[in-house]
Amino acid sequence: MIALRGKSVCVGVAIGQVFVYRKPDIDVSDTPAENPTDEWARFLAARQLADTQLAALYAKTLDTLGPQHAEIFDVHRMMLEDPDYTEAVQALITNDNKNAAWAVLQTGQQFAGVFAGLEDAYMKDRATDVLDISNRLVEILLGSQANIQLTSPAIIMAEDLTPSETVQIDKDKILAFVTRQGSANSHTAILARTMNIPSVVQVEVGIPLAALHGKTMVVNGFTGECFLDPDEATLAEMKNLQQQHKARRNALEKMRGLASTTKGGRFIHLYANIGSAEDLPRALAGDAEGIGLFRSEFLYLGRSTLPSEEEQFEAYKKVAEGMQGKKVIIRTMDIGADKQAAALHLEREENPALGYRALRICLDRPELFKTQLRAIYRASVYGNIAIMFPMVASLWEVQACKQAAKEAREELNAEGIPFGAVEIGIMIETPAAVMLADELAKEVEFFSVGTNDLTQYTLAIDRQNAKLDRFYNPHHPAILKMLQMVVDSAHRAGIWAGICGELAADTSLTETFLQMGFDELSVTPGKILELRSIVRESPLA
Amino acid sequence: MKTITYTITDELGIHARPAGQLVKNASAFASNIQVGTPAKMVDAKRIMGVMGLAVKHGQQITLTFEGPDEEAAAAALQEFLQTNL
Repeated sequence: MIALRGKSVCVGVAIGQVFVYRKPDIDVSDTPAENPTDEWARFLAARQLADTQLAALYAKTLDTLGPQHAEIFDVHRMMLEDPDYTEAVQALITNDNKNAAWAVLQTGQQFAGVFAGLEDAYMKDRATDVLDISNRLVEILLGSQANIQLTSPAIIMAEDLTPSETVQIDKDKILAFVTRQGSANSHTAILARTMNIPSVVQVEVGIPLAALHGKTMVVNGFTGECFLDPDEATLAEMKNLQQQHKARRNALEKMRGLASTTKGGRFIHLYANIGSAEDLPRALAGDAEGIGLFRSEFLYLGRSTLPSEEEQFEAYKKVAEGMQGKKVIIRTMDIGADKQAAALHLEREENPALGYRALRICLDRPELFKTQLRAIYRASVYGNIAIMFPMVASLWEVQACKQAAKEAREELNAEGIPFGAVEIGIMIETPAAVMLADELAKEVEFFSVGTNDLTQYTLAIDRQNAKLDRFYNPHHPAILKMLQMVVDSAHRAGIWAGICGELAADTSLTETFLQMGFDELSVTPGKILELRSIVRESPLA
Repeated sequence: MKTITYTITDELGIHARPAGQLVKNASAFASNIQVGTPAKMVDAKRIMGVMGLAVKHGQQITLTFEGPDEEAAAAALQEFLQTNL
């Protein structure tokens, strides 16, 4: 047995024969064209055929996978027609007397190089698109077009797969995708997730892929491991995992649409954490009962200017509308510490985790804070929005935030701009906030515990430092004790309390959280059905 | 000449699909249409160039229109950007 390591881009387990997809040999030599005019005509004819093929692929993909996957072939058709591209090919043929295949290959590599050199990870992957259309042309010119024809289901292994290669394969026959290259953003990965096919990219193989053709392999999409010629024990273990996964997926699917209520009748809200409006479909697909943490940082990151009120309003509105009246808790900007935003021009700090971040910046720069608060209030007429302030350590901070919120409302009122009722809550993520929970509870309408920071501040452990792993215990009794204190304080004041840190998704603690009395857990969307199944098994009253 | 500016609100920036749509929209007009940032302007009717701009979420882009139907082109592209990007 040989174990290979890679990066999982879609979970699940596959067991089967390996089908190694090799791109057809493209043996392009730099022999001069006999007649540049004829050569150019050959190129135009090849382009015409490529366009027809792409139109057919577009139609087929539209039919099987829907418009969002098909459109890439429309883009490919446009790239084929791109004057910059064709002019470069033409120059090589007519000026340098190159043959058409060579000219296309050179041009494709040149354009792909431009994309590969971009900083943007998504655009880097577009280099594959340019190579895809170039290869298509070269294959037509050489008369060597490949087709992936599978007679029986197989694990597809390849250096990398282009979109046109991926969709050509009969999807009922794909057990898994394993590629040596590729990334989480590549088309193959995106398609794999849509079709729910276990997939591993960037797999490390020391031998030529061709040697693996026909071998038996197990793909563990949970860990990114692949086992070639698996031994009996591994095979048994993986078959077991595969069945568990299937059974669990089926069981979890039955949880969709059900109430998150224990056998004893206790109800808990299971909300989703999202990082941008783009995550909305995932939250809905995960059957979220609301958004428990809408991180607003994405609006500020990766740019040099601050987001306008209008831009923020649009993002909040989109999520509020998308959730159709279910609660959407927007956390105000939490920049600083490990999240740096160029637009804020923050100074370097010795100790960023204990530094100038989140609320501390907002309270220092009222205009910035006001812009966000106004945007949130304006969006509130489109759904059920709540505001949550992060990094609270003192009572006065909460009062100042509430004052700022009040000013935002007064401004909107004066301008005749409508807004709805917006709950105000705070994150409990400093030990100080835990100790002051009784006092803070009188000021707000809910608490949500940010366990990541609370754990880091309580245990005095930097989570980024791998050397401290053995000292870092997310189930530390001090943390569990604090969680109990927070929920007790909240309930004494008649407000609700939830958890939105990573710990909320820890299924070994779900029962404990229910016992503690938490009213809400906000987790990554894919975990909601699983938590619901645990809640529904609990006898708690 | 007409000029418009627009700040990209789409999370992914001008990625492959909207780049294609932008080029299609621009190609419907006779005017010379340029798109980009102060650092780099490209022909809005050429997809490789538009994709190569790698315009990100939050970036401001400028479009210039010059030609017989520049008014109509500017209006159409403005509307396209607001609905799609």
